[in-house]
Amino acid sequence: MRRAYFKANWIAALLVAPQLLIIFVFFYWPASQALYWSLTLEQPWGGGNTWVGFENFRTLLSDAYYWNSVRVSFVFAIASTALAMSMALVLALFADRQLRGYKFFRVGMIWPYAIAAPAVGLAFRFVFNPHAGILSYINEVLPGFWDPTVNGTQAVIMVVVAGAWKSIAYNFIFFLAALQSIPRSLIEASAMDGAGPMRRMRDLQLPLIAPTFFFILVINITDSFTDSFGIVDVLTGGGPARATDLLVYKIYADGFRGFDYSGAAAQSVILMVLVMALTFVQFRYIERRVHYT
Amino acid sequence: MIERTPVLNALTHVILVTGLLLLLFPVWIAFVAATHDMTAVNTAPVELWPGDQFLVNLEQAWAISDMGTKFTNTVIVAVGVVVGKIAVACITAFSLVFFNYRGRMLVFWLVFITLMLPLEVRIVPTYAVAANALSPFQAMLDATGLTALIATLSGVQVNLEWNLLNSYTGLILPLVATATGTFLYRQFFLTIPDELVEAAKMDGAGPIRFLIDVLIPLSRTNIAALATIMFVYAWNQYLWPLLIITDRANYGMVAVELGTLVPDQFTTGGGTPTWHLAMAGTLIVMVPPIVVVVLMQRWFVRGLINTDK
Amino acid sequence: MADISIRNVAKSYGKDSIMQGVNLEIRNREFVVILGPSGCGKSTLLRMIAGLEAITAGEIAIAGQVVNDLEPRQRGCAMVFQNYALYPHMTVAENIGYALKVAGVGRAERRAAVERVAQSVGLNEFLDRRPGQLSGGQRQRVAMARAIIREPRVFLFDEPLSNLDAKLRVQMRHEIRRIHNRIEATSVFVTHDQHEGMTLADRLVVMNKGTIEQVGTPEEIYDHPASVYVGGFIGSPAMNFLPGQVSAARAAVVLGDGQVLDLPRDVATAADGQLVQVGLRPEQLTIVAPGTAELQARVDFVEELGSGRLYHLLVEDLPLTVLSPDKHALRDGDAVGVTVRPDALHLFGAESGRRIDARGARVAAPQVVPA
Repeated sequence: MRRAYFKANWIAALLVAPQLLIIFVFFYWPASQALYWSLTLEQPWGGGNTWVGFENFRTLLSDAYYWNSVRVSFVFAIASTALAMSMALVLALFADRQLRGYKFFRVGMIWPYAIAAPAVGLAFRFVFNPHAGILSYINEVLPGFWDPTVNGTQAVIMVVVAGAWKSIAYNFIFFLAALQSIPRSLIEASAMDGAGPMRRMRDLQLPLIAPTFFFILVINITDSFTDSFGIVDVLTGGGPARATDLLVYKIYADGFRGFDYSGAAAQSVILMVLVMALTFVQFRYIERRVHYT
Repeated sequence: MIERTPVLNALTHVILVTGLLLLLFPVWIAFVAATHDMTAVNTAPVELWPGDQFLVNLEQAWAISDMGTKFTNTVIVAVGVVVGKIAVACITAFSLVFFNYRGRMLVFWLVFITLMLPLEVRIVPTYAVAANALSPFQAMLDATGLTALIATLSGVQVNLEWNLLNSYTGLILPLVATATGTFLYRQFFLTIPDELVEAAKMDGAGPIRFLIDVLIPLSRTNIAALATIMFVYAWNQYLWPLLIITDRANYGMVAVELGTLVPDQFTTGGGTPTWHLAMAGTLIVMVPPIVVVVLMQRWFVRGLINTDK
Repeated sequence: MADISIRNVAKSYGKDSIMQGVNLEIRNREFVVILGPSGCGKSTLLRMIAGLEAITAGEIAIAGQVVNDLEPRQRGCAMVFQNYALYPHMTVAENIGYALKVAGVGRAERRAAVERVAQSVGLNEFLDRRPGQLSGGQRQRVAMARAIIREPRVFLFDEPLSNLDAKLRVQMRHEIRRIHNRIEATSVFVTHDQHEGMTLADRLVVMNKGTIEQVGTPEEIYDHPASVYVGGFIGSPAMNFLPGQVSAARAAVVLGDGQVLDLPRDVATAADGQLVQVGLRPEQLTIVAPGTAELQARVDFVEELGSGRLYHLLVEDLPLTVLSPDKHALRDGDAVGVTVRPDALHLFGAESGRRIDARGARVAAPQVVPA
């Protein structure tokens, strides 16, 4: 622990003030408001809020649309995380062999990180459009087979692919960094022990990056709950027939299109609890990260 | 290391090339679509090789979306977020690491917990705050009875208001306060040895001098990393500007503009979708952050990994 | 059973040449220590034998077979790394037995082998621990056990003792020598510590800047250093060097300040007129009363060592240290005489830095010892 400190504590207070002020106004106040709104009901023509206890939650939890949204969100979370992580892991394992062209590949895997969610959404909307996209070939043979604007399952597949595509870069960066932090002498020792490259992946590299794996797993799931708005909004708008109505999207739609502040607030609170739980899990893992010595 | 693994090496290259192609594919398709005219794009099957309409489409997409203004706005917001974020993160972390006061851990946790409150989960009330950034204070004054007290004492009705809708401040401010950068700086400051602080003290430097003369010059790589991450983050903002900017002609940002390029019944009225323009617009919006990330790759990757998000 | 031939081996990274034309023959079951300062190429040479580093030019043969293109696992070498390189996620038993597992040895047989080897290095209580739960010395033993279990033809050590404290280092040194004697493998040991080198080696290889300076038994290298570099590197406190010129007429070397040290006539004749560096080992000099010996000096300062004293003298302006068990009552500035035994006087060419012997010829540098 540090032993050398500066004494002038008033300076310290001054220095933290800006950030505390902003997070109070834009984080804590709104979060507490969400909690307050979720427990009250707004009067139709003003006149403040009336306390309703858990009424909003009760309404929400008996709403089939909400459960649909929960189901879709989990399907999206699991599918896009599995897809993105497995691809990123395979690419990172092979990129880590550092053969010729390694640096080129590394940059080649990283750049998608920079692309805005709506840009990904729009590009995939074209790629998957039934009339002139890549699957239009199938539609030539089987007319009407592929149409994510009508078929809910296909819409989900589209959103999952787009979401996974967007997060491959992030996962790749972390996997590769974890692989490269394995001391070179360990790899050499196992080569001396007779293990070939594939054997080393299985016996050495995969177990040693397990902590990073869990860390990224939680980050991916959290992100899929919160960060998916841009993709869904541009790609499907939550449709068709609510097939891609993710939790974040529903909050936005109910709050700003349906003006149901209390309902949106109750959904926000539930999502907040979910994200908090995931973050706690994540930091438990961070503390357990392996130190190689 | 001497290793003769021709088959595995070939497989490695096949896997990496396939992965790269899969990543490039959608962008390639988008690019190709942006180089053809409307008829070609809308005729199945999909075009796989570029045509000659690229510049025409870029120009047209740029014009219909009024990208000039949107680019200017986005650059202003991105620069504002980068500068503001680096400044706020740096001084907060400095206070947390180099001073020892009661409540230090409280501040740390207050900043830390914001990680669990992404904009998406508090979107509705945050919008309400943006409409009047001083409403939290007004509400507190009302609740404590101070408003009434002041009104009776001075006859002045306290009415705090600061509307952030349709303003750069509104776009920038909430993005500046997130915890990311603060933690990156904290991590870095924790690696500064005590001896350096003690040497500075012996040389007669106070905290601010130490910050300016020692820490900031030392943290140049940090600044580069954070600047890259924040630039991309700000450039790609979608939900927040979508909400608080209704005056898109003057304050619109590029990512939001993409939403208006979606060729659906709202934009084309059921006519032939203008994919060639949508894709041209997508490319225009994509390119700047990609360039930044590729150029700043080294610092960016290090920063990303050290923040743990 | 393996001898190692290193023939004209060179290594470069791009344009940077870090090793040039190294030749070395290591006999079967010999314990060879490669000694040199950091950056001299000693670890690179070891890693080239292991197959961890590609050879730019020349060839390396183990037991008569050229191994340039063989992978590490095909060479029959085991290696103990400087930082031990234990697998952190495996237990001690799994670490030791990993090579056998990769080789497809059955579980029961593996277990038996692990227990036997662990017993021999005193690790049997720790088989279920992970490396993180072990002390430095225990980790070192695991690294050794992991190498021993493969019954290698060649045992490679890359500064394995440098992370241990002084006491443990001596203890492990003895243990390594004992293991070498027992397992009948050829051992190549890299270190920058001359004590380790002197005590462990059958033969010592002194390297400098990517070339071999001298090969020989520790005794040969101490008694007949082939160059100023070897003379200065081996021996503690370090060898003194005084510049001078050989005179055949006077059968002596004349130092810069005019003082004269006798030389054997044949040496003086062979090297007549050459500018030289005279190398004198501190422990082979004796302090006597002023005027009664070859060399006149005065005291700069004296260091107490307990068992004796280290006298820092000045010959004119040049430093000369003398190590002596005798405790003379001398004060700074006192004049003293220094006796130089003729057999303790080493001559090196001033420019070449190479040893000058009776034939006046320079001792051939990379002394190739026939296998």
